[in-house]
Amino acid sequence: MNLRFILTKLFRAFLTLVLAVTFVFVVLRMSGDPVTQMLPDDAPPSVIAQYREMWGLDRPLPEQYVHYVVGILHGDFGFSFRDDRPALDVVLERVPLTLELGLTAFGLTLILGLGAGLLAALNRGTGVDHATMAFTIFGHSMPNFFLGILLILLFAMTWRILPSSGTGTWAHLVLPAVTLGTSYAATVARFTRSSLLEVLHQPFMRTARAKGVPFRRSILGHALPNAGIPIVTVVGLRIGALVGGAVVVEPVFAWPGIGQLLVNAVAARDLAIVQAVVLLIAFTMVVVNFLVDITYGWLDPRIGVVRGEANA
Amino acid sequence: MTVDVLERQGVGSAGALPATRTPPADTAPAVEPVLSIDGLSVGTGNVDIVIDVSLAVAPGETLCLVGESGCGKSLTCLAAMGLLADPVRLKAGSVSLQGRELTGLDEKHLRQIRGRDMAMIFQDPAASLNPVQRVGRQVAEALVVHEGLGMRAAMHRAVELLDRVGIVNATSRAEAYPHQLSGGMCQRVMIAMALACRPRLIIADESTTALDVTTQAQILKLMKTLQQETGTAMIFVTHDLSVVAEIADRVAVMYSGRIVETGLVDDIFDHPGHPYTRGLMDCRLHALSATSERLAAIAGTVPRPAARPSGCAFRTRCPKAAERCETLPLPRGFAAGQTVACHFSGPAQ
Repeated sequence: MNLRFILTKLFRAFLTLVLAVTFVFVVLRMSGDPVTQMLPDDAPPSVIAQYREMWGLDRPLPEQYVHYVVGILHGDFGFSFRDDRPALDVVLERVPLTLELGLTAFGLTLILGLGAGLLAALNRGTGVDHATMAFTIFGHSMPNFFLGILLILLFAMTWRILPSSGTGTWAHLVLPAVTLGTSYAATVARFTRSSLLEVLHQPFMRTARAKGVPFRRSILGHALPNAGIPIVTVVGLRIGALVGGAVVVEPVFAWPGIGQLLVNAVAARDLAIVQAVVLLIAFTMVVVNFLVDITYGWLDPRIGVVRGEANA
Repeated sequence: MTVDVLERQGVGSAGALPATRTPPADTAPAVEPVLSIDGLSVGTGNVDIVIDVSLAVAPGETLCLVGESGCGKSLTCLAAMGLLADPVRLKAGSVSLQGRELTGLDEKHLRQIRGRDMAMIFQDPAASLNPVQRVGRQVAEALVVHEGLGMRAAMHRAVELLDRVGIVNATSRAEAYPHQLSGGMCQRVMIAMALACRPRLIIADESTTALDVTTQAQILKLMKTLQQETGTAMIFVTHDLSVVAEIADRVAVMYSGRIVETGLVDDIFDHPGHPYTRGLMDCRLHALSATSERLAAIAGTVPRPAARPSGCAFRTRCPKAAERCETLPLPRGFAAGQTVACHFSGPAQ
């Protein structure tokens, strides 16, 4: 891996971010005049004009865009009329909770998905393999919110062993994290299995055997690092699904994170909040994708080779 | 009575034991062979791909296993290493390394022997190396696994090994990934890896086939030199007779899963006994002279193991084929230290 590789990826990440910011601007302007939507229908034109001037909506679009971008660069994401506070403050307040839920689900996914995939690949064609693949089909097909409701029904209402909503203890975390992580774990398990199976048949695995490398060492030292590249891709790509999933899962469990905040803000037409949340999610995605790209370069030395470095 | 038993009796009554069973003094030293394969059969389901193959290699000796593609050379080697992969499996026979029986050993024990007492070099060097691991580390791994060295000490030895197989700037090349090296360079790395623990036997399966002619010559010379230095026994699989001439002490010619002729390299080249061996030699001569008046190739292809003719498998392509070829010819003495499995091969003059 080299500096040029990292700089290229950094430039792309920056470009994506600019596009995301612009996209949010355009879409929110296209969704109608926020002033008429917010104020009562019988509001006098003078009041409407006053609000439009206050929010800069009376200026030409390019000027609004510059104002909006400069605002973002200064950390000004608009003002939440519902909370009567800067939108960024409202959003940042909720971030730790979503992070807690997201990271727990992510950790659960990695352990379950990688473990199940590894187990299935190494026991190909056996009961373990079939059971794992059956689980992944279940995980894929089950919509998040429905799984959530099902889990609440079983664990919170029938058996009464876990709370159905709220935050505070690890017990509150179990159901939402499992709900959020299941389909993700299924995807990771499938990819781990298939890419491992492919690698296990490569000639270099036979070389490792011919060299007398013990089984466990050959899996950890040779098979997994090679199988890791497609796995990292799917793990990285699906982090978006995790964030999207949070928007659906949080309301089900009354988990007060940014997902729930977004749903409420959309319902209340609190556009500044919507804008801040969407930008935050976009920013997270760009950062994650950048990290995934860097991880590739670290996992696979063949990526990011500059011409002339290969001395044949 | 099985074919195998018949064959042994036939050999006994012919009075000349094949070199593969009890090597006569003039072909192989009268010491215990490093590797001896006896009555090896390999196959899938009820199809035998390798049938009743017996071989022995003495310390310091190079045995070339010759034949067309698909005649079972590679499978014989993989079976010797215990590296057969499903659905191909060992059906009969024994493989013993320095007197220790390997068939029936579990994978764990085989892994302790592979790389330490016997090593293998494969055909495609670039694909045989782990693409995401530095080559020095891959060489060092054998030392870590078998000699319990720490990674630092093993890396030091790995650099020495890389230097010894003719890689210049071994210290910096040890840090390279396989894609940064040429094919010949990768094969040198594979050789260094095979040599790491000073094995008694090295099996090289078409190790120079994927390389260009110049590189091929360099690698052959290197292997020959290293073998003379270390006294390692070597089985060298190839379909290329010029390679055989270059490197072999003894030759075993395989056709459709069986060994049809064995002997010292000079004898095989001077007076090949089996029509198949003669055909191979003709192909070579014509390739050299480039004035092919008659068809230089052996007509037809190697039969698939499932569609192998009864008796002598070569009879469908053999210019001499007759009715008696429908019964299996037994290997018998042709000249001193040379055995041939053909009904028409009388003792050479």
